Amino acid sequence: MAFPYWTASVIAVVLLGSVPLGAQQAGDSTARRQQQTLDSLAAAVRDLQARLDSAGRSPAAPAAGQAGPRTGAYMNVGFVAITNGGWSSEPDVGSLQRGDHDPQVRGFTIPNTEITLDGAVDPYFRGFATILFKLNPEGETDVELEEAYALTTSLPANLQLKVGQFFAEFGRQNPQHPHSWAFVDQPLALNRMFGPEGFRSQGVRLSWLAPTSWYTEAMVGVLNSYGGTTFSFRSPESSEIHGGEVAERGANGLGDLVIVPRLATSFELTGTQTLLMGASAAFGPNNSGDDARTEIYGADVYWKWKSATAAQGFPFVSLQSEALFRRYGTGARASVDDPQVTLPGETLNDHGAYSELLWGIRPRFVAGLRGDFASGDDAAFAVETRADRYRVSPNLTWYPTEFSKIRLQYNHDHRSGIGRDHSLWFQFEFLLGAHASHKF
Amino acid sequence: MLNSTVLKLATAALLAWPAAGVLPAAKLRVVATTPDLAALAREVGGTAVDVTALAKPTEDPHYVDAKPSHIVTLNRADVLIEGGAELELGWLPPLLESSRNSKIATGAAGRIVASSGVRMREIPTTFDRSKGDVHALGNPHFLLDPVNAKIIAATMADHFAKVDPKSAELFKANLQAFNTRLEAKLAEWQKQLEPYRGARIVTYHKDFGYLAERFGLNVVETLEPKPGIAPSPAHMTQVIGTMKAQGARVILIQPYQKRKTAESVARQTGAVVLELSQQPGARANTSTYFDLMDHIVGSLATAFHEAQ
Repeated sequence: MAFPYWTASVIAVVLLGSVPLGAQQAGDSTARRQQQTLDSLAAAVRDLQARLDSAGRSPAAPAAGQAGPRTGAYMNVGFVAITNGGWSSEPDVGSLQRGDHDPQVRGFTIPNTEITLDGAVDPYFRGFATILFKLNPEGETDVELEEAYALTTSLPANLQLKVGQFFAEFGRQNPQHPHSWAFVDQPLALNRMFGPEGFRSQGVRLSWLAPTSWYTEAMVGVLNSYGGTTFSFRSPESSEIHGGEVAERGANGLGDLVIVPRLATSFELTGTQTLLMGASAAFGPNNSGDDARTEIYGADVYWKWKSATAAQGFPFVSLQSEALFRRYGTGARASVDDPQVTLPGETLNDHGAYSELLWGIRPRFVAGLRGDFASGDDAAFAVETRADRYRVSPNLTWYPTEFSKIRLQYNHDHRSGIGRDHSLWFQFEFLLGAHASHKF
Repeated sequence: MLNSTVLKLATAALLAWPAAGVLPAAKLRVVATTPDLAALAREVGGTAVDVTALAKPTEDPHYVDAKPSHIVTLNRADVLIEGGAELELGWLPPLLESSRNSKIATGAAGRIVASSGVRMREIPTTFDRSKGDVHALGNPHFLLDPVNAKIIAATMADHFAKVDPKSAELFKANLQAFNTRLEAKLAEWQKQLEPYRGARIVTYHKDFGYLAERFGLNVVETLEPKPGIAPSPAHMTQVIGTMKAQGARVILIQPYQKRKTAESVARQTGAVVLELSQQPGARANTSTYFDLMDHIVGSLATAFHEAQ
């Protein structure tokens, strides 16, 4: 930079000037005087440089905010693309990998690319949108408006409102986008309760941050109960749950919306360990009959240890577990298999859980192990989507940087009545544009 | 009857509870993203502030977890001091979204962006991540240049006074005292390192550039081939060659950087590995900015002396 050269040249000039002087006049006092002059000159140069710096200007580099480049011009734009490849012993991969963003074919597929947009709308709102493009198992492109919502910034009394279409804040993984997942596929329990795309809908969510010394947040979402992403409610695909014809019913009152309460709390166990726990529920109508209703309950826990001298966030160990229970009340309805048969009104109980352990071994390497199961009680009909199933999945992820990742995962599946299956999946992800920032 | 009583009590509790948290505190609650900014805030704020740092002194400030406890801390803050220049980009935005505190919103008196008054180094002319994780607004590791500390302290005093006008005189006096001491110390530090002016050093990350510039040191290589990119064997060979050719004898690393890599290079070049934290408190007796700089300058002088 300019400073050392400049200082050096000033000092050099002063020195050059003083050499003949020193030769002419000998004596200690002269040398001392010269040294004093030198010191004061050096101090003056330092002072000048400091003033120059304080003014925030330099001939060499423009100060940020003057001519320097700016980022975040009204909106952050990001793009994430996930490519999967692999093989499964089940030829109909879609019957095994039921998540919409899971690898659903033998060979290669792109189950998820997202354009993410976010920014300050005005002083009162922040806006977020995720527009998703993906290849379906037939190789055609599907487009989804995954999320589009605004978040308030300055409501009083620690309140915050979210308005638009968004993932229901139920549990830990449901609100996360696939690129934040630690495994290539959706946990079985979430697939069973929330369907292939997770539980998202249009509505509002009110949240309150409690004035406690530790983190406690209470929230409630009020969402539409209709559409392909409200699997356990009035989804047109809900025959997969109740095995019957779908009853046409509109939203006639508040009771026909889905209510999603959640309470989350977190503690710092030690300087390096954090615990986050939550309890969630969802109550709403389903379309197996006129007054049929669904209740889902969930508990989630996330624990993480991270070294106090973590390099790029490593090493760490984390454990994430969720357990879910669904009570699905049905009306009397015609069976989809045989419309002559009327299935009786009954209560279908399903439950499931998963647990995933991650070990960030050294910078950018993560080893994971997930255990998964889902189960449904007996009913007057049988559907594969309610049968007992468990799965064990070890995986290994390498992040060359924060903007790319390479993952290898093995799934050992067991489906009741069908048997065992083995799958090996490879995943490659890249991210362009806005820096990925993640919630805890 | 019972219902209405319960309802009234609940309403009263709801209204009173948050209000208790909003009542003006005796001290200004200042939250700094990193301990170095916190240390400066303590100098300027003195007895009128309560300062908390979000990042630990020993951890990499680029990779802090957005822990829920930080949401609570930010929710109660009167002032937030961030380094800026994308240092905290990976973790601060989601915390701020959840913190719902307009006192520390962008542009508010309670929001201080330390980098905004500083002459930034290494502002890229193009945005290209094939060059590594380069920060678009320049290198954010600017606080080891005491002149920058002076600029940032002045910004803090200015903002503190706006948020808490009754303590304005105190902040002014504290700033004055800080500046006086800093000027004296800067002259002392410069004198201490004067014999090693032009000394060639190697750093792990591009995080000692401002220090080097102020004290006339010459960073000839970084162990990372590009910012944020892990050292590779090919690059190590190049670094070793450069160090031998240029006579670089000191490798500077921070506690969270790979010491093994630095040591292997040091073995092959006869260099000294010097572990220096840029954060006050990472090491005993370095809790203030002056203690930290004393430690850094002293350690550097010793290392250069030994390496000669």
